[in-house]
Amino acid sequence: MVEPLLRVEGLRTHFPVLSKLLRRRVGTVRAVDGVDLAVAPGEVLGIVGESGSGKTTVGKSILRLIEPTAGRVVFEGTDITHLARREMLGLRRRMQIVFQDPMSSLNPRMTIGRILAAPFEIHDVAKGADLREKVADLLRLVGLPAEAAQRFPHEFSGGQRQRVGIARALALRPRLIIGDEPVSALDVSIQAQILNLLKRLQGELGLTYILISHNLGVVSHICDQVAVMYLGRVVESGPREAIFFDPKHPYTEALLAAVPLPEPGRRAAHAPLAGDVPSPAHPPSGCAFHPRCPRAMARCSVEAPVATALPGGHVVACHLVGGA
Amino acid sequence: MDAAPAVLEARNLRVGFRIPGGTMRAVDGVSFALRQGETLGLVGESGSGKTMTSLALLRLLESPPAELAAEAILFEGRDLLRLSEGAMADLRGARLSMIFQEPMTSLNPLMAIGRQIDEPLVTHLGLSARAARARTLDLLARVGIARPEQAVRAYPHQLSGGMRQRVMIAIALACRPAVLIADEPTTALDVTVQAQILALLRTLQEEMGTAILLITHDLAVIAETAHRVAVMYAGRIVETGPVAALFARPLHPYTEGLLRSIPRISRVREATLPEIPGVVPAPGQLPAGCAFAARCGFADDACHATRPVLTPSGEGREVACWKPRHG
Repeated sequence: MVEPLLRVEGLRTHFPVLSKLLRRRVGTVRAVDGVDLAVAPGEVLGIVGESGSGKTTVGKSILRLIEPTAGRVVFEGTDITHLARREMLGLRRRMQIVFQDPMSSLNPRMTIGRILAAPFEIHDVAKGADLREKVADLLRLVGLPAEAAQRFPHEFSGGQRQRVGIARALALRPRLIIGDEPVSALDVSIQAQILNLLKRLQGELGLTYILISHNLGVVSHICDQVAVMYLGRVVESGPREAIFFDPKHPYTEALLAAVPLPEPGRRAAHAPLAGDVPSPAHPPSGCAFHPRCPRAMARCSVEAPVATALPGGHVVACHLVGGA
Repeated sequence: MDAAPAVLEARNLRVGFRIPGGTMRAVDGVSFALRQGETLGLVGESGSGKTMTSLALLRLLESPPAELAAEAILFEGRDLLRLSEGAMADLRGARLSMIFQEPMTSLNPLMAIGRQIDEPLVTHLGLSARAARARTLDLLARVGIARPEQAVRAYPHQLSGGMRQRVMIAIALACRPAVLIADEPTTALDVTVQAQILALLRTLQEEMGTAILLITHDLAVIAETAHRVAVMYAGRIVETGPVAALFARPLHPYTEGLLRSIPRISRVREATLPEIPGVVPAPGQLPAGCAFAARCGFADDACHATRPVLTPSGEGREVACWKPRHG
């Protein structure tokens, strides 16, 4: 295998639970609790999971927008986990994030032109006519008209605003883009436009993506590798084909079975998965999925399963697969 | 199913908002009939007018600024537009009920959920407090809440999103309504919980014979839950028909485009997703002809000049298009 562009090893991000009165630490939310991931250059890694799975915290911890509690993040061969702020700032040119709601991540008082000029100014890479040209290039790249530079975020539709968010992320020619539900707030016809744009840009600019999404259709369309998270851990990961067509973890199976299909009469016959996702502040013992698992055994409530590597880069953390 | 009479029928429903220099039409002449015991899906993207339609049916739009007009909104033979506020309030939550996307905003955060379910039973059905509580416990069990005796004492914030939506369904169905209007009932929920809630709605519908008007942006939810579907675009219904036929052979290019633009889980990956170019026209700026013409790959001069109206096309289907697909 090629040297991964990004490697995450044993990542843990815990948040303290403070008491209301004296703000004393009374507990810990293990939002991310021992996650290993790797993305090869030019690939798209999808991270899927329901609320509370920790998928968003993983994305922010990789960029150190949230400081991880433990583990390592290795980017382009360098351990960035303990880099100083200044060094991290330089590194952010190489790794960028696109959020779900562009409206809340674009300054409403700034024109699109100024929003897109900001990365060049902060990193002191262009000014004057050169800067204006770079902004025009960015607009062209994401399919927005040149006049957009003079307008404000509220004058655009959701899809166009997401194009601006993508343009800003691309300004300094990063190698890695983390998309945190980048199409979840968009209507389905617009979602297709943005997914096609992301795919085209990936080819043109040789980008690597980590796509965080709850939408399995979106993930299957755009991702090469997929990691399925449940309560802070990766329960199954591997190539797209393995995850979607040969899943081994009962949670992955249940998640796939729950996805409604736009095909009347195709509804799966089996009963939906019972229960809710437990709180990450009080995760169940053993395998966190065992209270909802239709195939749970006695040891599942006692012993957390370790990741087992199957052929073809398919990794499963489940006692059904672990054997022994 | 075809023979079942309509319990709720909208005839030429219009909703406008006064804005400086004119009226912005959010709903522009919507007509449909919801039959006894069926689920009719009302699907559309943002700005299609689907939620305005549901609020108008319930007369929950504040006027002004909203202006509601219709030939009639018939519910069990009565015209809702002619009812007094008081009579309308008696219907809502009793014979004509609703659930919304975010149950947290519909539930009273300061009241234990038991009392919130008791309330409609006492006010609408005139049950005694004791009889109402017995019915409440039964309802909670039927919507799949374990240990109802404990659940009645819980407050909304102590419940998960899925549990809160179950409580809302219990309240909505407490008085065995003839019609349930469900506006994006599973949109805020995780996919495994969504599957539970959709299954619950199907089961309760079979038991109670309630007709459901299901409003959603999600065609897959419609495919799994509805018997018939009406597709809305820019304030109008552009296509309607039985779910199986409409999904298999969409007639309107917009319906076809929507269905094709959904990314599906399939072994073969398409290089690009079929997309619908452009954006929905703003409600104040509707063209003279077909509102979809500017985004349509099949439009010609006639489409831009004259607006098509809903026209029957066999098998209980209707389409508003000059150049229907599969025609």
